[in-house]
Amino acid sequence: MRKDYDEISASNEPEEKMTIKRRSFVKLLGGGIFIFFQPWNALDILNLPADQARRTLPADYNAFLQVTGDGTIKCFTGKIEMGQGAITALPQMMADELNVLLEKISIVMGDTDLCPWDAGTWGSQTIQTFGPAMRRAAAEARGVLVDLASQKLGVPASQLEVKDGVVIDTKNSRNRVSYAQLAQGKKIEKYLDNKPPVEDYKKFTYIGKSYKHVDARIKVTGQAKYTGDLRFPGMVFARILRPPSHGAKLTSVDVSGAEQVSGTQVVRDGDFIAVLNENKDRADEAIVKIKAEYSFDELKVNDKTLYDRMVGADSRMNELRSSGDLQTGFQQSDRIFESEFHDPYVAHSAIETHTALARLEGDKMTVWSSTQSPFGLQDAIERELGYPREKIRVITPFVGGGFGGKSVHQQGVEAARLAKLSNKPVLLVWSRDEEFFYDTFHPAGVYRVRSGIDKDGLIKLWDFNIYYGGTRGSDTIYDVPNVRTTHYDQNMNGLQIHPFGTGAWRAPNNNSNTFARECQIDIMASAAGIDPLEFRLKNLKDEKMIACWKAVSDKFGYVPSKSPSGRGIGLACGTDAGSWVAFIAEVKVDKSTGHVQVVRVACAQDMGLCVNPQGSRIQMEGCITMGLGYTLTEEIQFEGGNIKNRNFDSYEIPRFSWLPKMDCIILDRQDQPPKGGGEPAIIGIGAVIANAIHDATGARLYSMPFTPARILEAIKMV
Amino acid sequence: MEEKISFNLNGKKTVIQTDPNQTLLWVLRNQLGLTGTKFGCGTGFCGACTVLINREPVRSCMMAVSDIAGKEVVTIEGLARNGKLHPVQQAFVDHDALQCGYCTPGMIMTAAGFLMKNPSPTRDQIVDGLEQNLCRCGAHVRIIDAVETAAKEMKGGK
Repeated sequence: MRKDYDEISASNEPEEKMTIKRRSFVKLLGGGIFIFFQPWNALDILNLPADQARRTLPADYNAFLQVTGDGTIKCFTGKIEMGQGAITALPQMMADELNVLLEKISIVMGDTDLCPWDAGTWGSQTIQTFGPAMRRAAAEARGVLVDLASQKLGVPASQLEVKDGVVIDTKNSRNRVSYAQLAQGKKIEKYLDNKPPVEDYKKFTYIGKSYKHVDARIKVTGQAKYTGDLRFPGMVFARILRPPSHGAKLTSVDVSGAEQVSGTQVVRDGDFIAVLNENKDRADEAIVKIKAEYSFDELKVNDKTLYDRMVGADSRMNELRSSGDLQTGFQQSDRIFESEFHDPYVAHSAIETHTALARLEGDKMTVWSSTQSPFGLQDAIERELGYPREKIRVITPFVGGGFGGKSVHQQGVEAARLAKLSNKPVLLVWSRDEEFFYDTFHPAGVYRVRSGIDKDGLIKLWDFNIYYGGTRGSDTIYDVPNVRTTHYDQNMNGLQIHPFGTGAWRAPNNNSNTFARECQIDIMASAAGIDPLEFRLKNLKDEKMIACWKAVSDKFGYVPSKSPSGRGIGLACGTDAGSWVAFIAEVKVDKSTGHVQVVRVACAQDMGLCVNPQGSRIQMEGCITMGLGYTLTEEIQFEGGNIKNRNFDSYEIPRFSWLPKMDCIILDRQDQPPKGGGEPAIIGIGAVIANAIHDATGARLYSMPFTPARILEAIKMV
Repeated sequence: MEEKISFNLNGKKTVIQTDPNQTLLWVLRNQLGLTGTKFGCGTGFCGACTVLINREPVRSCMMAVSDIAGKEVVTIEGLARNGKLHPVQQAFVDHDALQCGYCTPGMIMTAAGFLMKNPSPTRDQIVDGLEQNLCRCGAHVRIIDAVETAAKEMKGGK
């Protein structure tokens, strides 16, 4: 058994081969038992976002966990904590696998020197993908510890059991040894093959129970450190000269005004111009004293003309799904419905702006950053600055909200560049203006749907066309014989559509696809004179979706009726990140002002095994609340490359007075593998409120967000 | 250029020598090491930088440091007493009324100031009292629950 792993006495230098694999972190972390594990395969690399695509699988991977001499289990993850609660749920999974008390688990997150490589924290993947890998490592660590105990206690491993971190001889309970005793003075490294974890969902102590946020106390006292809270001697604040609009080019610049602001250093590298000052207010003062002229070569498009531009463009067409035959679908249909839905650019608007602190010590660059992808930032710094990756360490303190917006990390590269140019520790805190300007917005899009039903209200035709939005959540989900889903996107040589950066925004684009699909379903149900729930159930075969409908309609106390019923009740459903969700909402519409108040939202979610029900419910509440924003107010207004909304006065996000009563139901699926929980409950908010507004007023909304002006206009059309 | 400014900070007499032409926010964060008060928007819209000045919630990003002379400033770090959390802080923990935690200090300071003025608020009054503070994670409903609990707790303690 012993040759399964390499034991190295604490005093001996490890072999060369091991040094390469182990990197520097074992030295940093001292002794104990380390479990190394490469959970990724070549396929994961292929699916990486473009900015990380050059990466190859690291041969020098880090350990997943360390059993230390004081009995603490440290687990290392490239995931980061941005409020989603991984810091609470991952230790629950570890504690169960290792049979230790939950408080013995400590977690190290988002440090590229210490943690195993990870693409990024997004897509609701932490629990469903990373969790099982981490459990595998934990199970192996337990095996190593039991083997060591077997030698120490002189009894076979089969005769041992583990309780709360103590290995006990089942035939003589006084013959026992703790994990701490086993790990003391040891330096054991075990490298695992990439095998799937053995799942046994019946023996859980911690998984499936509710735990509150473990980081709550330090967050309510102001002790929790975010990137912008770190300080180093000689540290300076940076502000960078920004163009007034996307596509503007700097033609002349005069920095003399900035240089006169006391303590200011102006650094320049081509068009990259920044001011540095130890005093933040002086840096803010200096940056606006730079006089700059620009030439403009912007796209001639704005938030009104965008949609025509999208459908009129010579786009790249990609047929995503096809089954049956559309012509047959036409023939089988009694009525055909054609709709066009619009969806604008939407900002992430985390309250913490993009922030990074970069510090050079010799040639070692350390960058602390608010990022959802510490390893991605490491790659970006290498790629953009030509700095060798092994000399770059990225550390991720608490992140003040991400929602996809911190999957990109321009600020981290900028801070590193400034540290290199100035040889000082540089803290870059983007202003709210910069945050809006450089956001990678949820992409605007047009959704054209053509569908048909027969005399019995069965859907026979579904032709779904996405223009320039993303494809996630574009599955038909209903049982339709003749289906085509087509994506129209940027043609390499064609007209450029998006005038600025776009990217992933919580449940990327599922919000829009679900909006279009579920409104179209409602339109058909209403036209057929069938209750919208009955209509959906008639056309659904997916058992999990049907179970969600049963749960949510029971909770809501749904009473069937044809729509519009005047009651203001709407429905929507969908799938995201492997989970199923169904929504029912009730709204009140003031027909004279166009104001909508959402009275209540019920949501049922099947997310497979739920590790932390409390944390998952909080995610659902957060999704519903955040969803009210894209539904009711959030819309980027722009003219060419000029973003007009640059702060929270012109870009309104949800407030306390908007809150509906929320009922969040998590279906009991402890026998199923865990699925995503950070995003699914946001996908149906646009649709469910649109359908509820229709039920209240008879007015149909085709463009998000549903501003009072749009609602009044739609009411006029009734 | 620099001036001496005397004020009371988290219950302690404090004198600082500083450039008076700075915002309170950045003096707290940089010179006084109190980084619990957060920067969010720089224009008073979001409330992440809220502190109490003479028991009133104030947006520290909009306040010149020279204006706090002779006043009483309380930041999130000064709310707990002898390791015991303020009832609003405790209620935030008990209700899990936060996610990323970045707006939390400003929320708590706003709520603490609000409860000083209105110790027996209705739920609607709590909503009004917090309306100008932004949270992007969507912890709102739990924040209202927490403030409601804290109000009861504080009255019980008196």
